[in-house]
Amino acid sequence: MSNRPNLPPLSLHVPEPKYRPGDEADFSDLQIPAAGSAPRPATDVHPSAIHDLSYGLVRVLDDEGRAVGPWDPKLDPDRLRAMLRAMALTRAFDERMYRAQRQGKTSFYMKCTGEEAVAVAATFALDRDDMCFPSYRQQGILISRGYPLVEMMNQIYSNKGDPLQGRQLPIMYSSKETGFFSISGNLATQYPQAVGWAMASAARGDTRIAATWCGEGSTAEGDFHSALTFATVYRAPVLFNVVNNQWAISSFSGFAGAEATTFAARAIGYGIAGLRVDGNDALAVYAATEWAAERARTNQGPTLIEHFTYRAEGHSTSDDPSAYRSSGEPNAWPLGDPVRRLKDHLIRLGEWDEDRHAAMDRECAETVKAAQKEAEKNGILGHGLHQPFETMFEGVFEDMPWHLKEQSDQMIAERKAAGI
Amino acid sequence: MNMIQAINSAMDVMMERDDHVVVMGEDVGYFGGVFRATAGLQKKYGKTRAFDTPITEIGIIGVAIGMGAYGLRPVPEIQFADYIYPALDQLVSEAARLRYRSNGDFTAPITVRSPYGGGIFGGQTHSQSPEGIFTHVSGIKTVIPSTPYDAKGLLIAAIEDNDPVLFLEPKRIYNGPFDGRYDRPAKNWTAHPASEVPEGYYRVELGKAATVRAGEAVTILCYGTMVHVVASTIEELGIDAEIIDLRTLVPLDIEAIETSVKKTGRCMIVHEATRTSGFGAELSALVQERCFYHLEAPIERVTGFDTPYPHSLEWAYFPGPVRLREALKKIMKD
Repeated sequence: MSNRPNLPPLSLHVPEPKYRPGDEADFSDLQIPAAGSAPRPATDVHPSAIHDLSYGLVRVLDDEGRAVGPWDPKLDPDRLRAMLRAMALTRAFDERMYRAQRQGKTSFYMKCTGEEAVAVAATFALDRDDMCFPSYRQQGILISRGYPLVEMMNQIYSNKGDPLQGRQLPIMYSSKETGFFSISGNLATQYPQAVGWAMASAARGDTRIAATWCGEGSTAEGDFHSALTFATVYRAPVLFNVVNNQWAISSFSGFAGAEATTFAARAIGYGIAGLRVDGNDALAVYAATEWAAERARTNQGPTLIEHFTYRAEGHSTSDDPSAYRSSGEPNAWPLGDPVRRLKDHLIRLGEWDEDRHAAMDRECAETVKAAQKEAEKNGILGHGLHQPFETMFEGVFEDMPWHLKEQSDQMIAERKAAGI
Repeated sequence: MNMIQAINSAMDVMMERDDHVVVMGEDVGYFGGVFRATAGLQKKYGKTRAFDTPITEIGIIGVAIGMGAYGLRPVPEIQFADYIYPALDQLVSEAARLRYRSNGDFTAPITVRSPYGGGIFGGQTHSQSPEGIFTHVSGIKTVIPSTPYDAKGLLIAAIEDNDPVLFLEPKRIYNGPFDGRYDRPAKNWTAHPASEVPEGYYRVELGKAATVRAGEAVTILCYGTMVHVVASTIEELGIDAEIIDLRTLVPLDIEAIETSVKKTGRCMIVHEATRTSGFGAELSALVQERCFYHLEAPIERVTGFDTPYPHSLEWAYFPGPVRLREALKKIMKD
């Protein structure tokens, strides 16, 4: 209650998404610029000269599947097909592992349906030895770099073949050899870490760069802003990817500030180059990443790329999106499906057809199925074929201190006493 | 050398030996740190190995972790331990668990240096002792020196350690040992035997306590500034106490503690940090579990109070000779 009745009462704005369960989703008011309309500046452009690109949308593939405009990366058909396959394989992997979770074979799974291009196309545009600091929805990086599906599944099942010894939540992979940093469930923590890695690479006169990903929701975390500050100060060779898939579990992007501005525009205040791209357009993601990577490699500093996309499925297997958003949203999403759009492009080029696509989908499904069979030989979660119990105490420190040895001995003794 | 010089020397020695060692933090580069701990390092090793950072502790630690993952050995400084809290998530959830969660695929070989503790009229934002927060966390080591010699040797061992280490520096004794009397200036370290610090490389192993004074009447477990307050109080009272300077809290030298308490039959624990859930509680529980039948009196804890550090009343808060004498009377009465 106001204690000054002569003044108008203040009011608090609490954001609300446009559609809730039962509403018909309609995205016709979204400003979607035509494919090919965004200019492509030279990679040594000063960030202050390209503020428009933080508010627009870099798009290459038009509605007819043509690659148009200055951002067309002009990839050869073999490379396009390889990218398409990596995206299709990621989707097939997700479908199979989602089902495995529903069958009780593991505790948890997260699909990236609708966002395959964000990780896959970016990985194709990076070098194999560039270091990725992903969030939890970039399984496409590992798949694009040919990391064995069986190993991914072993991790998901926390079985005896799990390279992480059953210590991590499913999907929180780690593979230094693949340039894939250990995933944390805490949001945006990888952002400053990626900057540190990139700074170290620069300080050592290396040529490798770093890339990191977070969701639009976690741009609210302090780590995000600290990372951008560090990156701009030291002109670190790092790519910041913000995957704006519209939903952070049940909170829509408005709770991270999307009503007021874009996420790419976060770059402006830091003097960092910012690009907003159609995240469902593999060629746009590729082109933006390639552009940003060249900037990083030529000591022009960091780039922030907002991938404007849509999380077509739930946040995780523990989430029910029908409880908070319109069921029509995924289909109404105006930027379409990234796999279909790349497929249509290849068909239009005369380099692909529906039959070959169907055959590829079958092959991906078979590949994943075979991998699953192989992985399940090592066990599934909770079925006994896991790591020996005492491994729990290993790796907390390089050498095991006395108190962990004692606790390990205690556990072994108590299990023995209990007859298990 | 005083303790600050010894700490500077440790970084100098390590930067000379291994070009993967980098120091970073607010004001640590050109200026050499507000306490001068990094003075001269930028001039000697260049700006990419000793550099100033933005004022963001999350950033400092997060970036250090990334550098560590790349293969460097970062020594980030948090200007005052009171400011470590913004970086807590990076330390607790990331640095401490990186080795474990990646099964050794990635590690964070970082040494986080930070001045801590009271007695310099620093008020509630320049006086805290946060060690108990970190000893509760799996995967991070906590080291606290009490002499220039130890500070250098322990810091070298910490920088060489492949695990994340929190290296807390008792700033009250940066310049000289302190007997707990607020109205006296710190004595100069040059008059102290532990000020003999070799110029070159040497290590003081982590996880090993030091027996500062051997005795039969009571075991006093302490670390940091408190080692000196305890020693001078004991001397003054003429009690035959065994003073153990823990030096590292994780990993803890349980053998030294157990052997001593079983010998003396009495145990007193002294730290500056607030009492409730402080590291003294852990020490007390360990001694009770391991030495109960040897104890002739209840374990006594002498600590800071469960209040923020009060600026004008810091000497009433600080566990100085007054509180120590009362506690000693109590534990020695039977």
